[in-house]
Amino acid sequence: MGKIELVGVEKSFGNVSIIKNVDLKVEDGEFVVFVGPSGCGKSTLLRLIAGLEDTTGGKILIDGVDVSDTPPAKRGLSMVFQSYALYPHMSVRSNIGFGLRMAGVPKDVRNQKVEAAASVLNLTPYLDRRPGQLSGGQRQRVAIGRAIVREPKAFLFDEPLSNLDAALRVNMRLEIARLQDSLGTTAIYVTHDQVEAMTLADKIVVLSAGEIEQVGSPLELYDHPANLFVAGFIGSPKMNFAGGPAAEAYGAATIGIRPEHIATSQTEGEWAGVVSVAEHVGSDTFLYVAVPQIGDVTVRAVGELALKHGAKVFLTPDPSRIHRFDRSGIAIAH
Amino acid sequence: MARRISTTRKITVTAAGWLVGFLIFFPILWMVLTSFKTELDAFSTPPQFLFFHWTTENYGIVQTRSNYFHHAMNSIILALGSTLVCLVVGIPAAWSMAFAPSERTRSTLLWMLSTKMMPAVGVLVPIYLLFRDTGLLDTHIGLILIEFMANLPIVIWMLYTYFKEIPKDILEASRMDGATIGKELLFVLAPMAVPGIASTVLLNVILAWNEAFWTLNLTTVNAAPLTAFIASYSSPEGLFWAKLSAASTLAIAPILILGWFSQKQLVRGLTFGAVK
Repeated sequence: MGKIELVGVEKSFGNVSIIKNVDLKVEDGEFVVFVGPSGCGKSTLLRLIAGLEDTTGGKILIDGVDVSDTPPAKRGLSMVFQSYALYPHMSVRSNIGFGLRMAGVPKDVRNQKVEAAASVLNLTPYLDRRPGQLSGGQRQRVAIGRAIVREPKAFLFDEPLSNLDAALRVNMRLEIARLQDSLGTTAIYVTHDQVEAMTLADKIVVLSAGEIEQVGSPLELYDHPANLFVAGFIGSPKMNFAGGPAAEAYGAATIGIRPEHIATSQTEGEWAGVVSVAEHVGSDTFLYVAVPQIGDVTVRAVGELALKHGAKVFLTPDPSRIHRFDRSGIAIAH
Repeated sequence: MARRISTTRKITVTAAGWLVGFLIFFPILWMVLTSFKTELDAFSTPPQFLFFHWTTENYGIVQTRSNYFHHAMNSIILALGSTLVCLVVGIPAAWSMAFAPSERTRSTLLWMLSTKMMPAVGVLVPIYLLFRDTGLLDTHIGLILIEFMANLPIVIWMLYTYFKEIPKDILEASRMDGATIGKELLFVLAPMAVPGIASTVLLNVILAWNEAFWTLNLTTVNAAPLTAFIASYSSPEGLFWAKLSAASTLAIAPILILGWFSQKQLVRGLTFGAVK
């Protein structure tokens, strides 16, 4: 079991409030991703759950038990750090088995479990090496091995892939998704990379300035962002925003439209503009169009579109995909 | 880009290096040579460098007059004992300052260092009286205590500097793995800090071994280490250069040998953290 509940959790360092009154429920077996810009408090929130930082207010419940004053060792959670944080003086075997050793598991049982974890993670040939003799990807696997071998109530991942190169990051992302799926263990994953968040999560928690902006499945956040912040943060390239008369036409203070929901034409359309930059990546064409009454609009067109810098283009947003926001930036229901 | 260095330059620089090294080493060499001279040769003008009557009689006399092994044992007890106590107190102290600093950590560190700026003689009378009244004069425990207090600031500073090099994440990982603070110190921090701890131990042993002010003032016979043993040869009746040199050679030999064998460890300790 691994049900985690935060009730009015607060954290401040001196006078600076980092986490403000956060309420959150993480169900057993769920993969939850905390996402937000740097400095939004997502890592601090994870460290509060881990017990590496003390809360200044509120309660943290694991399986219904208040663990706010329980040391990290006794919370039954395991954590994968951004820097891997392997023990450099121990072999891979001892690194993975350290938690079991601390728990007083007999040596033969410990070895069995370590070897089982190593075979899942393709680490068997490296068991007697030191972390210094491994590549970045292998080190990351050892860090994950150390987390799974203890059969924790939940995994905590603190930006685990940010030190890897792009290709490896995609591979490890898949491996983490598969692993969590097969183990069925609750996972909380912190990242600033929204692609990681969208692909891994059952539930995304978007944080900004120490507060939760929205909680929901990846597609809920994509289709129905609760406010301007979430609308702008989720999705790549970023959603286009327009105010003034263009928004008033839709009865809103601001409207938002994603680059992939704008149709282009060279003959007619709602907004006329001039292409300032065109990026051709083969599968898609990204156009940055200067539209006089709105400003710069990003458009994503599937396939190759033979438009160049300075070309005249007409844009038509898909009316059913327009997001409307009121004066305070809150989404207006359809 | 590699620079071309001329052979003449190489020879000059090498010769200059050896010359400086020799100048620094010369007093020790002279002391060792003098210890093998007769008292008469030791005083002769002009001084004789190598062509004198070599003798080992000084060593024999020194051992019979004042029991060398008794004092050497006291030095060992004092150096190791005070180092051990320093580590027992210093490791947890440095750990807490490096990994759980408070607002006052910085000033505490500076305050500790400031105690080293005070001349020891300034507190000689109160310490002497305290030792006299508590029966600590001329005891091992008393000396270990005073050396421990004298060297603790340096030990904490050194360990603190080494510990700062260790990524906090690794200690946090061990906490997540279920290690208590004691186990974290024993299984994770200490092994990672071995080079740092080793050079701290070495430096502290050397400092305690060479410390003369407190050992001369607070001991007479029972706990007197080698420093007192040397001092006993500079007597009011006149100096016995050859015997004094023999005693000094005997006193510094163990620490010199220790330093020689551990120089790798010392250098490694000094560059610890440069390459992760």
